[in-house]
Amino acid sequence: MEYTLFILLFPLASFLIVGLLSNKLSHKASGLIGTTSLTVVTLLSYYTAWAYFTTQKIDGVYQSLTVLNTTWLRVGANLHIDMGILLDPISVMMLVVISTVSLMVHIYSLGYMKGEVGFQRYYSFLSLFTFSMMGLVLATNIFQMYIFWELVGVSSYLLIGFYYTKPAAIAASKKAFIVTRFADMFFLIGILVLSYFTQTFDFGILMSGDASIFSSAIGSSFLGASALVWAMALIFIGGAGKSAMFPLHIWLPDAMEGPTPVSALIHAATMVVAGVYLVARLFPIYIGFTPEVLHGIAYVGAFTSLFAAIIAIAQTDIKRVLAFSTISQIGFMMVALGVSKLEGHEGLGYMSSMFHLFTHAMFKALLFLGAGSIIHAVHSNEMKDMGSLRKYMPVTHWTFLIACLAIAGIPPFSGFVSKDEILTAAFHFSNGMGIWMTVTAGLTAFYMFRLYYNIFWGKATNYTHIPHESPVSMTFPLVFLAIPTVLGGFIPFGHFVTADRADYTIHLDWTIATVSIILAVVGIVIATVLYRKPSDVPNRIANSIRGFHQAAYHRFYIDEIYLFITKKIIFNCVSRPLAWFDRHIVDGFINGLASATDWVSIRIRGFQSGEIQWYAYVFLFGTLLITALLLFI
Amino acid sequence: MTEQIIFYILAIVIAVFSILAVTSKQVVRSATYLLFVLLGTAGIYMLLNYYFLFAVQVSVYAGGIMVLFIMAIFLTHKPGIDVNPQDSWKVKSSAVLSLAGLVLCGYIILNNVTRVYRFIKGDELQMQDIGTAMMGTNKYQYLLPFEVISVLLLACIVGAILIARKDNGNDENINKLD
Amino acid sequence: MGEFLINAGGPIPMIGFQIVSLIMFFAGIYGFFTRRNLIMILISVELILNAVDINFAVFNRYLYPDQMEGLFFALFGIAIAACETAVAIAIIINVYRNFGNADVDNIKHLKG
Repeated sequence: MEYTLFILLFPLASFLIVGLLSNKLSHKASGLIGTTSLTVVTLLSYYTAWAYFTTQKIDGVYQSLTVLNTTWLRVGANLHIDMGILLDPISVMMLVVISTVSLMVHIYSLGYMKGEVGFQRYYSFLSLFTFSMMGLVLATNIFQMYIFWELVGVSSYLLIGFYYTKPAAIAASKKAFIVTRFADMFFLIGILVLSYFTQTFDFGILMSGDASIFSSAIGSSFLGASALVWAMALIFIGGAGKSAMFPLHIWLPDAMEGPTPVSALIHAATMVVAGVYLVARLFPIYIGFTPEVLHGIAYVGAFTSLFAAIIAIAQTDIKRVLAFSTISQIGFMMVALGVSKLEGHEGLGYMSSMFHLFTHAMFKALLFLGAGSIIHAVHSNEMKDMGSLRKYMPVTHWTFLIACLAIAGIPPFSGFVSKDEILTAAFHFSNGMGIWMTVTAGLTAFYMFRLYYNIFWGKATNYTHIPHESPVSMTFPLVFLAIPTVLGGFIPFGHFVTADRADYTIHLDWTIATVSIILAVVGIVIATVLYRKPSDVPNRIANSIRGFHQAAYHRFYIDEIYLFITKKIIFNCVSRPLAWFDRHIVDGFINGLASATDWVSIRIRGFQSGEIQWYAYVFLFGTLLITALLLFI
Repeated sequence: MTEQIIFYILAIVIAVFSILAVTSKQVVRSATYLLFVLLGTAGIYMLLNYYFLFAVQVSVYAGGIMVLFIMAIFLTHKPGIDVNPQDSWKVKSSAVLSLAGLVLCGYIILNNVTRVYRFIKGDELQMQDIGTAMMGTNKYQYLLPFEVISVLLLACIVGAILIARKDNGNDENINKLD
Repeated sequence: MGEFLINAGGPIPMIGFQIVSLIMFFAGIYGFFTRRNLIMILISVELILNAVDINFAVFNRYLYPDQMEGLFFALFGIAIAACETAVAIAIIINVYRNFGNADVDNIKHLKG
């Protein structure tokens, strides 16, 4: 399985080549290099998945396979940071997801970014991102994962701020980086606390079920909770930042300033699920030792889901709608993980979370790429500039419709199966949670179809440029991604990824399924009634709940609260005094030393005046003094 | 008895005139007082029976050096201009320091010297002995310092001439000597 | 101190000479610190040298009457004083030529 090393090396190589030679390569050449390297990576990933899932099952349980693990840095007596490649069900599944979506984005960008300034830079950053994400999922120890975590953040920063001449893009990239970095600070503290007590970073050792390494962590407590609870909670905060959970979700809508394929790759399918992946990776520790943290994760995910869904209903920018939809769906995944347990049927939540991750990546990438196609044709992001596009862009229309049906949870599309499993797991946990998530699912169907109808039906806009269908380089990925969206539901996911690695057959609980299908259909029908033909009803409804609607449109003013806290409170009360201290006291001390030296030196200038008599005077004085001292002391 | 009287006279002369030499406002008076001091010193040497030293003192010091001083004074003074005094705080502090030094050294001398001496009224020092010692090369004999002193004198003469030479703009002379 | 007056007819005690040379020495030092004119400073230096010569002679005579070290030291001291006076006066004349007077304040500054 050593060829898995190439899965990491190919994107790194293409990043370096395209990045360093960017001025000398033509657009075509750099696109070709990037896409070719990604094709190789994708094929390798598929092969690895096939090889892994067919050969690594021993006694019905999948084994973790460490392909290579070299010690990179030794810290202290027992701790060492390794670099290696770990293959186990979730990492192999992630390989497939990342490489597929990344390849589709590479192909799509050949058409979307055609003629843009900085084309080569774009492709090199895409390769960098792919490399970092691969490294993150293949990490053998938590510190390696952290290193690649940061790299992914850097790639995201570079790609969001791709149009660096646009102030909004720069602000958005800075916001993304700072918010995720802030969360990563907690992540790092959590890692350090955990590794201090367990004396290891390695996943194999942490996950081996050996309770003795955690005994010291559980024993020592701080403010009422054991150190292990603190560590796992802090690690989750890091994951929550990357996965845009409330209240760290503020960066994701703004990240839509980047090019649309970037949004598809990073902010829909791969990077934002890194937090979910982290919790899934550390799941045995969560479920075995700190189940209360897991419940906390479920509540955070649930709140975020509903919160984002409500905001999405009121947005008018199609990319913002999709961004909030992403936040909501990741909330679903977090809830599923949070309500899960370990053994057999009780591990339903874990399995469904990973399944939803897989299907969501496919249809959300499809939605974003379709949105890109629409934006490319209409040259605007706002829904008011679109309408009746179904006449002009058939391929985009049909693939977009398939994806909307999938996300709404209509059988037999893939989204239905995965979402239904999550709802089943939620109902197993508590009825309240189940009802909450079902309502959110209904809202999901509603706002997605609001989006669909506003773009493809609705008013017959007079277009100044007649929109035309996108070129093949852009429609091919749409069609390709539609296939797993349709057929993904039929994959027996329980055979591949489960909480305890053993086989699990998916049953559909038809009670819950029926309820959710009915709710989804109701949502679609309401959307059809309101938006299919141009009418005044939506506006009247919006006016009747004016305050709430305005608040939802402004994303419930969370951004303003953050700005207030940072500007008024932190800047004024913390930064200003510190700056004053630095300027006046620290600098003042140094300056004071200098001026004291100056003063002293001016005073003793007279010692070297050149007056011989003064010299002789001092000489005699010194001599007499020394003589007197020697005589009388 | 006479020795003592002569000694007291000489001592008073030396003390008074040396203090006057350093406090008078006019240079010529200062030089004259120095001359008296030097002659007094010669008398002291005579009292100690060092006749050769007495002779050397009178001829070299009082005769040669004082003439040099007088010449120098007349070469470096515009007539009629008196010397300006120093700042008063400098005068006072120097006086204090000198007095302090005087007291300290006087204390040391008084404590230590009175204990150890003997005076042997011995023979006169013969000139032959002095001469042999000056020209001899054995232990305690001073041929080498004598020669060195003569070289030093030569160097000083040449040096003094060179330093005090008038630059008349004769550049060829300068170049020739370099 | 009473020894001075009581030992009438006796040899002069050593300390008498010492006191004389002491006074001369510190008078010279006072003059060195205080005087403005270069010639007067030189006069003070002569006083100091003379005092030291007396001291050597006295020590020789009273403590080691058989030996002549002190005598020769004083002798050579006189010779060296002469040399040094010559060179110093040459310098003073130079100073006078450059500045118009022989004040010690003229020679305070280094070149440039």
